[in-house]
Amino acid sequence: MTFEYAPAPESRAIVSIAPSYGLFINGEFVDPTSGTTFKTVNPATEEVLAEISEANQSDVNAAVNSARRAYDRVWSVMSGRDRAKYLFRIARLLQERAREFAVLETLDNGKPIRESRDIDVPLAAAHFFYHAGWADKLDYAGLGPNPQALGVAGQIIPWNFPLLMLAWKIAPALACGNTVVLKPAESTSLTALLFAEICQQADLPPGVVNIITGAGDTGRMIVEHDGIDKIAFTGSTEVGKSIARALAGTSRKLTLELGGKAANIVFDDAPIDQAVEGIVDGIFFNQGHVCCAGSRLLLQESIAEETIDALKRRLQTLRLGDPLDKNTDIGAINSREQLNKIDELIKSGDDEGAQRWTAPCEIPDKGWWCAPTIFTNVTQAHRIAREEIFGPVLSVLTFRTPDEAIEKANNTPFGLSAGIWTEKGSRILMMANELRAGVIWANTFNRFDPASPFGGFKESGFGREGGIQGLSGYLQSGTDSDDQAKGMS
Amino acid sequence: MNDRVEVRKTYKLFIGGAFPRSESGRTYEVHDTDDKFLANAAKGSRKDARDAVLAARKGFAAWSAATAYNRGQVLYRVAEVMEGRREQFIADVQAAEGLGDKKSARVVDTSIDRLVWYAGWADKYAQVLGNTNPVAGPYFNFSIPEPTGVVAAIAPQDSSLLGLVSVIAPIVVTGNAAIVIASTLRPIPAITFTEVLATSDVPPGVINMLTGDPAEIAPWLASHGDVNAIDLTGVTSTELAKKLEIEAAGTVKRVRRPAQPNWLSTPDLGRLGAFVETKTVWHPLGA
Repeated sequence: MTFEYAPAPESRAIVSIAPSYGLFINGEFVDPTSGTTFKTVNPATEEVLAEISEANQSDVNAAVNSARRAYDRVWSVMSGRDRAKYLFRIARLLQERAREFAVLETLDNGKPIRESRDIDVPLAAAHFFYHAGWADKLDYAGLGPNPQALGVAGQIIPWNFPLLMLAWKIAPALACGNTVVLKPAESTSLTALLFAEICQQADLPPGVVNIITGAGDTGRMIVEHDGIDKIAFTGSTEVGKSIARALAGTSRKLTLELGGKAANIVFDDAPIDQAVEGIVDGIFFNQGHVCCAGSRLLLQESIAEETIDALKRRLQTLRLGDPLDKNTDIGAINSREQLNKIDELIKSGDDEGAQRWTAPCEIPDKGWWCAPTIFTNVTQAHRIAREEIFGPVLSVLTFRTPDEAIEKANNTPFGLSAGIWTEKGSRILMMANELRAGVIWANTFNRFDPASPFGGFKESGFGREGGIQGLSGYLQSGTDSDDQAKGMS
Repeated sequence: MNDRVEVRKTYKLFIGGAFPRSESGRTYEVHDTDDKFLANAAKGSRKDARDAVLAARKGFAAWSAATAYNRGQVLYRVAEVMEGRREQFIADVQAAEGLGDKKSARVVDTSIDRLVWYAGWADKYAQVLGNTNPVAGPYFNFSIPEPTGVVAAIAPQDSSLLGLVSVIAPIVVTGNAAIVIASTLRPIPAITFTEVLATSDVPPGVINMLTGDPAEIAPWLASHGDVNAIDLTGVTSTELAKKLEIEAAGTVKRVRRPAQPNWLSTPDLGRLGAFVETKTVWHPLGA
């Protein structure tokens, strides 16, 4: 049975996108010295939304100098109580302009409005609200009395949750007394640039937040800049490794939130319908552009067939299409490059002998799309079981015993997240113990909260974002004898 | 006059609970601070390092599954057995570091006390570093520190016993397995320490000791895919530190390069929290 829905598009009238944007340095928008720009595109329509500036070395220098001045003269000498008030202001402004941010995010990123409106933007505001409260309580952050800020933080974020990742980076950095130079991903700069306006409305002192746009080269200039005290990066494991190499031998601190290949493990006693919702949430949320996505489904053999059937039935009800439509479940793939990567891995699944099933859905004529895809008969050797696809593609494997599930789940260099579905409490806790991953979702998946630390084991990175543990990425102990400490600070 | 000819010891590596010679067959001379010959120590090689990683991975499985109470008791046992060999350690430290009687006794006593201090942390650090998280929704959510895995450590070059113990204890009390490269010029207290470990119920592979040149051995550990973290406390050359960090980046290893503290003073929690991973678990609330 199919349900017909009338279109229910969210109005885009709430946003006004400028034809071109400068760089946000020292509290104001300035033209890039290079004069070079690139286009940002709506991935659902391929319509050009705006021209974005590409920051070059002198722009990066200006942003770092501005952050340093703001750190030395204003932010490091301001009381925690006052820093908190700025962060509270930002949280409130984000809430006030939430719909505008949601629509802009959906236009620039391609994610369904339901997600940007209900998840990305409210969580971003919540991150500022949570961290605002820490700013004058850092003595209780677990690092001893009087912990110190690190200085200027260089922050590089990905395109999958543009505003939310900005919040995960900027909120703790500012609460802990650092100033920042942040670079959004080149395909999703618009909400970061709108956030710059929020900083202006909040009267945040100039230079505390600097937002510079550009691609990988600009990111490299930030990473290699010796006026920066700390790098925080979210993105691919490959780039994360190159950043770690670039920082080798320096005293700059580093936190990395990298890729994943999470196992979502369903035992035979799990409520299948509930598990199916969790599987869908796990891999089809945000088109699978989620580093902690449950991209490997491990089904206990006795319920495999039944679960796959139920999953296929469920996927036929997912609606792919206009991301601004409030009924849309699956939006657009963020870029042509990403779609090519996904297609290449889907092809490898076919070539290596896995069995593909694709949800029947109409693909719009324009834009970049990928229908929800499931591979069965997947072995651990297949690329689709080992490599991060970062798309709506699920690889299904089976197991017989809990030990086999643990073995298979942990058989990956990644260790970001994992899911467990069972009604048996002792099994949940045992599995949670054995799985080598930083976030374990039991009978749920893809939940996020500013109070809950997020980050990986192994090659999924190090450091945590959120919670009390997240603060240590932006602080050093005030009494620490080893202030040269490198790495996880 | 005692004219008995003493029985001298062959100094070897400590891997997987056994005392092998270096696979390379090489040794190097160890002297006291007056340049008097003390012993030939094993000159560890790449193969020894890889054997140690294998042993450590096995040791990690058992050790990380042990209860915190058990890990605490084992570490306390190490201190007990060390106490019984106090005189030997004082002599070893004296020869290695050229300290006077009183000072080397203080170093040995502090080393034993340090082990006791860390042993006591075994069933407490998770209460200090872990917590529940009040998330905005119907979920129970908690975060706990879990061991990072196999940790390679380059022990301090100067402080041959106290520095060594102060580096090893926090790594293993939190459930990690350690591969340690002892002080190159002062390895004998470390080797005596392995004899204590071998008789203290420390499971095989939990602590492995290599002697030799860190510049030769450590890069193999830094690049090894089955080593999760590296502690560069004893790396004195910035060039070597940089090289090791570059190698470590290939597998996203946790790298720690702390400044040398005054080993005699009581440590803070920095080292205890250095090689743990925060694991956060969510579960829905409901009837």
